[in-house]
Amino acid sequence: MDQIAVHQDSATSTDWPVAIYRTLKNFGVAQVSYVPDAGHSKLIKLSHADADIKTTVLTTEEEGVALSAGAWLGGDRAVLLMQSSGVGNCINMLSLMASCRFPLLTLVTMRGEWAEFNPWQIPMGRATPQAFEIMGTTVLRLDHPDDAEEVISAAASLAFDGDQQVAVLISQRMIGRKKWTKETH
Amino acid sequence: MSASTGTLDRRAAVNALLADRGDLLVISGLGSSSYDVFDAGEHPGNFYLWGAMGGAAMVGLGLALAQPKRPVLVVTGDGEQLMGIGSLLTIATKQPGNLSIAVLDNGHFGETGMQLSHSGLGAKLEVIASGAGIGHVSDIADMAGIDRFRKSLRDLAGGPRLARIRIAAGEVERALPPRDGTYLKNRFRGHLGFQVR
Repeated sequence: MDQIAVHQDSATSTDWPVAIYRTLKNFGVAQVSYVPDAGHSKLIKLSHADADIKTTVLTTEEEGVALSAGAWLGGDRAVLLMQSSGVGNCINMLSLMASCRFPLLTLVTMRGEWAEFNPWQIPMGRATPQAFEIMGTTVLRLDHPDDAEEVISAAASLAFDGDQQVAVLISQRMIGRKKWTKETH
Repeated sequence: MSASTGTLDRRAAVNALLADRGDLLVISGLGSSSYDVFDAGEHPGNFYLWGAMGGAAMVGLGLALAQPKRPVLVVTGDGEQLMGIGSLLTIATKQPGNLSIAVLDNGHFGETGMQLSHSGLGAKLEVIASGAGIGHVSDIADMAGIDRFRKSLRDLAGGPRLARIRIAAGEVERALPPRDGTYLKNRFRGHLGFQVR
């Protein structure tokens, strides 16, 4: 890896997960569910460490869609964290949110777009925006760390005040290149 | 392969389960389970699913976590629970004491032509639930068992629990609850005191 790429990686490892966490707290989010992703690991840690947020690990992403519906029925605001590979798993469960006009806020770390190493990640990554859109979910992009608060805030208002289903796609460029081996290449 | 050996009448079983329901909140899985819950008595604390197969238990979990002081009961069928079988593992990680799941098990996919389900072909849902980490599981084949399970729902520290309820296979006349999801959602939240905006 050359020096420019290394610099790129360090520039993207800012505190945007903390900005997301603070914004979710400002919106009164009380439940977080997730299928793990390296890009979400800091936010997941912050969530687990927060006694006021009920944090739930899922076996598959559509569980988190249904969980978000139940949380709303009970008066809680929920957020679902996943990576783009899991978006297809949610398709039918998104009909629950559309049929009942349940708020859904999901934050999706992208794979298969920026400097992707694994070709198996690419088809679902490429289809991610369309997969949401065909089910009526609004798609917003978060491409720059400095925009985290503004974008998450806009998405949360749209979801929780506007009763919409909203996905924020977090650019793979923000997460940085995945290190597969110790040696540089 | 033999089919389910259940004999309980599903309507009688659900009626008994929801008798004197008090502050019980109920989520029903799509198909016959929603019809059964509706037939037992319309109630604003009922949320009937008409789709989202595999999601009933997870809707129940989200609700149970949000409302820890209210007992939450998910009433669903074997086919619906099988589609969301991983949710039993997810529920076990949270150990919500106020959440109970009643699986009306006739060993068949009743809504679609009575094909044998995995349960009818030998899978034991109560054993799977136990292996997932749900501490209180039961296999109920008579009305006395229904009554014991109903009474246990009041214990908010005793869950999560899952009961496999062996019901007879066979068609029952449909009893159709409201199917406007937004109405059902707002009615439910209104019942809990949340203002509909």
